[in-house]
Amino acid sequence: MKGSQILLESLKREGVEVIFGYPGGSVLPIFDALYDFKIKFILTRHEQGAAHAADGYARATGKVGVCLATSGPGATNLVTGIANAYMDSIPMVAITGQVGTHLIGNDAFQEADVTGITRSITKHNFLVKDVKDLARTIAEAFYIASSGRPGPVLIDIPVDVQRAETDFIWPESINIRSYQPTYFGHPGQIKKAAKLISQAKKPIIYAGGGVITSGANLVLRKLAEMIKAPVTTTFMGLGGFPGTHKLSLGMLGMHGTAYANHATMEADLIIAVGARFDDRVTGRLDHFAPYAKVIHIDIDPSSISKNIRVDIPIVGDAKNIIGELLKEIKNVSDTSLWLKTIDAWKRKHPLTYKGTGKLLKPQYILEQLWDLTKGDAIICTEVGQSQMWACQWYNHLEPRSWISSGGLGTMGFGFPAAMGAKIGVPGKEVFNIAGDGSIQMNIQELATCVANKINVKVLIFNNGFLGMVRQWQELFYKKRYSYTPITSPDFVKLAQSYGAVGIRVTKKNDVRKALQKAIKTDKTVFVEFIIEPEENVWPMVPAGQAINNMIDGIA
Amino acid sequence: MKHTISVLVENKFGVLARVAGLFSARGYNIASLAVSETLDPTISYMTIVVEAQDEKILEQINKQLNKLIDVITVTDFTKKEHIDRELILAKINYTQKDKEKLGLIFSKYVGKIIHLKDDFAIIEAVGDGEQIKSLLEELSKFGVKELVKTGKLAISK
Repeated sequence: MKGSQILLESLKREGVEVIFGYPGGSVLPIFDALYDFKIKFILTRHEQGAAHAADGYARATGKVGVCLATSGPGATNLVTGIANAYMDSIPMVAITGQVGTHLIGNDAFQEADVTGITRSITKHNFLVKDVKDLARTIAEAFYIASSGRPGPVLIDIPVDVQRAETDFIWPESINIRSYQPTYFGHPGQIKKAAKLISQAKKPIIYAGGGVITSGANLVLRKLAEMIKAPVTTTFMGLGGFPGTHKLSLGMLGMHGTAYANHATMEADLIIAVGARFDDRVTGRLDHFAPYAKVIHIDIDPSSISKNIRVDIPIVGDAKNIIGELLKEIKNVSDTSLWLKTIDAWKRKHPLTYKGTGKLLKPQYILEQLWDLTKGDAIICTEVGQSQMWACQWYNHLEPRSWISSGGLGTMGFGFPAAMGAKIGVPGKEVFNIAGDGSIQMNIQELATCVANKINVKVLIFNNGFLGMVRQWQELFYKKRYSYTPITSPDFVKLAQSYGAVGIRVTKKNDVRKALQKAIKTDKTVFVEFIIEPEENVWPMVPAGQAINNMIDGIA
Repeated sequence: MKHTISVLVENKFGVLARVAGLFSARGYNIASLAVSETLDPTISYMTIVVEAQDEKILEQINKQLNKLIDVITVTDFTKKEHIDRELILAKINYTQKDKEKLGLIFSKYVGKIIHLKDDFAIIEAVGDGEQIKSLLEELSKFGVKELVKTGKLAISK
């Protein structure tokens, strides 16, 4: 069998349903094999779109996303998408063509040292120099990408290896001696954690993306209800605990709710589950949660004690560990006073906005979207203000229904990611919440959507600004709006020219109707909302401040 | 403080770059590095000496090293009982009349002449960091024309 056929046969064995990609000179043999191979292939209009689509597919389904590009520029165009998946621990396999083995290192046409370039943004990468290694390498790549703390793995395949022939031998099992992720927590540590939990008067559960990855949402809910602890989620953890639950505090951190931040700062115990205390969460580190003991459950030992001191580290899979913890907790202390304090914060500092003016408010649009979908949709976002409003003003109920670029903060992620999500979960309505800046970063994927009938609904919050940067300029740079005003094409005409549907909304009264129409329309839809140009995201913790030091422009 | 870290890795291309990358990405200079195959030819052994300004960053590097797929084990020898050695090859100014002087030095250190010409000698010597340092001071009296030094090797006691 040829290398190219071995690749496709191996992908089939791994259960791959769809490949997102773009052809080119160094992947011609693979594309020739694809011509009559039964696997879905989505031709994006840019390799970056392919990488983000694979990422969005992986987030929506929990399966490994696969993207494919040619050598040189094809591969370098994947780089942002790979880095994005790496920062958010998304399982992905990126396959790149490479110039022939005899040309590597010779500055050949369309050559780039892709394993070198991606070394620090992949969980692992491979250069396959012998076709005999190909099947095993692919099996190892999928195993590495999807196990432990997931992440992207890149396989670079020189064009002559794609053409070379060998017997197809599929490895029965994969065992890598140097890679043995820990799934089960240390029983002694779990016992200690259980003891600490039963003594805590002001516990808080701080849940991150690890809850989604390990499928720990239901046991997490059991734990919260059992010990009567409020739950705040990170950005990546949205959907890991229902936003409508009475113990939910929503998101914490820079644009988190005031009550989540106050509760975190006042807590006597933080139970961190699959979260990494990133700087957008902790704010000023030496002021963070001064009264709290910390239990940190994480599959990645390098996340533990990286930013904050941890009292009880437990390395392993969140679902397993919480399951064990539920068995170990013998008695529970009374947290009713604590919950009352939190309720008072909730009443005193609710999320709010001024909805009286003539101009459309983005928060209102999201409230309407929530009301129409009741959480039964996949919400993807771009990056910036629109993204933060989507965190705050939509209740995230279920895992894998919130798809957004967290760690890397990649503008242009949301639209192709929404495509990937829709292909992975065709039965669900998929929205992309976008700004007028971000949507222009991968807008070419409109063609991909229309050509493949990927009917995602893109809601563009057009404020004529790169809004989040403008907000920082307003607050910290004396309103010197340096290159943040931005022009856009006529999004309605643009959508139409691609064969999609375009709707423009300027009045509050038309918001609901437009959303309803978008949902009903069985096509790719762009809905452009002309919103208040200088609306801000509140509350906000200025960078480097303690997280209870919030500013709020509404009060 | 200087740390001596040993890393057991898969003997594959690219591994050294992965390991070195973790140090360079944090702006850490590797003071010395020794790499070679072990008795098992599929495994290589690296001994890395690094000056750590911040112990926390070093702990993070150790964890990140462990996270690399091709890394089998990581040992920080700094807090462990261990023996370490360096090897030097030095070309020194030397004539027959220096014989006694050099002999005296070699009675204190592990070293010998391995190549001799009319006006210079190549010597090899082995020792721990301190021994090599003081040996080099003594050799400097002869005039060192050329010096090569291995990275540190370390083994646990």
